[in-house]
Amino acid sequence: MPFLVEALISLMLLTGGVFVFIGSLGMAHLRDFFMRLHGPTKASTLGIGCMLIASMGYFWSMDGHIDIQELLITLFLFITAPVSAHLLAKSGLHLRVRHVQKTGGVPFELRDEEVGKKPVPHPDKGHG
Amino acid sequence: MITPRRWLPTPVLSLLLLFVWLLMARSYAPGQILLGGVLAIVIPLVTFRFWDTKLRIKKPWVLVRFILRVLKDIVVANFEVARLVANPWKRLKPHFIEYPLMLEERFTITLLASTISLTPGTVSANLRLDGKSLLIHALDVEDEQALIEEIRERYERPLKEIYEC
Repeated sequence: MPFLVEALISLMLLTGGVFVFIGSLGMAHLRDFFMRLHGPTKASTLGIGCMLIASMGYFWSMDGHIDIQELLITLFLFITAPVSAHLLAKSGLHLRVRHVQKTGGVPFELRDEEVGKKPVPHPDKGHG
Repeated sequence: MITPRRWLPTPVLSLLLLFVWLLMARSYAPGQILLGGVLAIVIPLVTFRFWDTKLRIKKPWVLVRFILRVLKDIVVANFEVARLVANPWKRLKPHFIEYPLMLEERFTITLLASTISLTPGTVSANLRLDGKSLLIHALDVEDEQALIEEIRERYERPLKEIYEC
């Protein structure tokens, strides 16, 4: 393997590792549940992306033919990461998870139908 | 009489499914193409009734530009969040923001919510049942109104242009 390719792949792996590490660090040490959500949803997408690019580059230079299968992992990650983050945040709201005092805005004014006290309206027709 | 329209209600989705299947199978043998083709026809037919509205992409080139912009923003978002997390002296100002939606279709709202979750320092937390506003949690906000404006201009307006006009 030529030196330059090797250096590039190593750089990609290192960058990916650093991003994933910072993502987990954010999850471990930020102050409340909602802030912790930010680490894994974002820092990890780029980190894993870098590692997959490194993997593609490695097998390209070893086997000689390019394999774009790894891109699928990134695609699925982009589809699933926001959905799981949204569901986690939403369940956090419903369970009224504590959030740090300095958080601005009014988060917990969920309406009655959103916490199951009133029947859910039909998305198109409303209550009628 | 069964028309092609009923067999292939969503041709673009079918093509995408076939493409993803071939990538996952890592081969372009006729057998795989046949199997992928059958799946690409059967899956949309089975799930078709769960798709509430059929939206047509009205401006593909705006979509391409939108995707590129979001990809760039994801990279920027990662650096941004990494910087916020790794800096121990930085006092974060988390904020809940009620974002009034301009979009109306549920599919485009889903796209917008996902985009917001993937881009700088924001996670979409709750969609009101009437579909009129979206609750966003932001990691570090100085100016609430500026963030709403930014989301409106960068993401919502192009999405509206692409799908709803």
